[in-house]
Amino acid sequence: MEPILQTKHLQKSYDGSHQILKDINFSIKQGEVVVIVGPSGCGKSTFLKCLNMLEPMDRGEIYLDGKSIEREGKNISLYRQKVGMVFQSYELFPHLNVMDNLLLAPRKVQKRKKEEIQKEAETLLLRVGLWEKRKAYPRELSGGQKQRVAIVRALLMHPEVLLLDEITAALDPEMVREVLQVVQELAKEGMTMVIVTHEMKFAKAVADRVLFMDGGIIVEEENPQEFFVYPKTDRAKQFLNTFHYAALEI
Amino acid sequence: MQDLGIQVLFRGNNFLRLLEGMWAALRIALIAMALSVLLGFLFGMLMTIHNRAIQCISRIYLETVRIMPQLVLLFLVYFGAAKHMGVNLSGEMASILVFTFWGTAEMGDLVRSALIAVPTHQYESGAALGMKKWQTYFYIVIPQSVRRLLPSAVSLLTRMIKTTSLVVLIGVVEVVKVGKQIIDASRYTNPKAALWVYGAIFLLYFAVCFPFSKLAAVLERKLAE
Repeated sequence: MEPILQTKHLQKSYDGSHQILKDINFSIKQGEVVVIVGPSGCGKSTFLKCLNMLEPMDRGEIYLDGKSIEREGKNISLYRQKVGMVFQSYELFPHLNVMDNLLLAPRKVQKRKKEEIQKEAETLLLRVGLWEKRKAYPRELSGGQKQRVAIVRALLMHPEVLLLDEITAALDPEMVREVLQVVQELAKEGMTMVIVTHEMKFAKAVADRVLFMDGGIIVEEENPQEFFVYPKTDRAKQFLNTFHYAALEI
Repeated sequence: MQDLGIQVLFRGNNFLRLLEGMWAALRIALIAMALSVLLGFLFGMLMTIHNRAIQCISRIYLETVRIMPQLVLLFLVYFGAAKHMGVNLSGEMASILVFTFWGTAEMGDLVRSALIAVPTHQYESGAALGMKKWQTYFYIVIPQSVRRLLPSAVSLLTRMIKTTSLVVLIGVVEVVKVGKQIIDASRYTNPKAALWVYGAIFLLYFAVCFPFSKLAAVLERKLAE
């Protein structure tokens, strides 16, 4: 099967010298869930931002459905509608209530009918257990609720691929679960997703393929059973060990 | 019969004239404020552009306006324009000009700080949903900034209304000038007129400014929620 989203030789540096991404070749197929793990500062979040073109890359190509995407111009909007993104800090619009947060982009960007989107939004809210909160403002929601709204907001654009950037990193432990459950359900339904996370158990459960990044390169690429039990490289072993330590300390 | 002091306010159409004077002052403030909001938004957005030259020029403009007393600006425009440029501005026109010049700078600075107070993530969030730059500005950034700057904008308006009392010095017939005329006219019949007339002007200014200042306080409280 042809990859739906692909990067070739993606490179990115800050201030011209510090190279944060060195030649990333990445691809994901329709319905696949790829989880990217790695130590802080390894470039995984930057990579997601480059994938969404929120960060300009220095060199390389991005292909969606086999077509090369231009880095500038009006096609970027169209591209971003197909490649949705959810952030660590939710970034709901604080001046709009939940429903208006959801309706804004489908109405203004995709020019869809309000009734149609509203119906769809209500169905999705019902599914993530937030239908009663549709009139609430972001400040009235918990972190976990906000993140579920953010996921629904991204889904309403009908993206072909969804990028999730450490979406549980800012949440209290008891809220992590409610958010990850939603993601797991999406995975079951065949949503194509690229997930950056520090939740190793979740990664193991949801991933079709795990990428281990370190120092701006993809060090290891494996199925989760293999990666989490028999990591090949020392760097990956070391990285996974830190999580075991963390678990021991508790 | 000896006049009661307060009667000076109601002799002839004195009170109506005071109200008209108040309106003349208020009109200058409102027109200048409306222009300041429009121009201030543009100026504020301009100031967020990372460009040395633009930032330097706006800084100079802002500091000039802040350092210079409004009265000096009024004199400069009213007398200076007539003398050196041969432009004969009416007092009201000169006042509106000066107040707009002042208000645009202050408003611009409010807009600038409100715009940069919106986190970059909000811009990214809009972009990630496929919104174009202007859409992100229009639907996300500006509504949030307006909320942020509304209290200070309203208090700028009250300051402007108060400062209109200066324009009497370039010959605009506003509430203070009308008051002076009434006092002068009743100098012999009512020696205590000054107290009553200025008292009435005080109350008029209070009646106009208090609601705005209250509004600013309410907005501030709402914003803090």
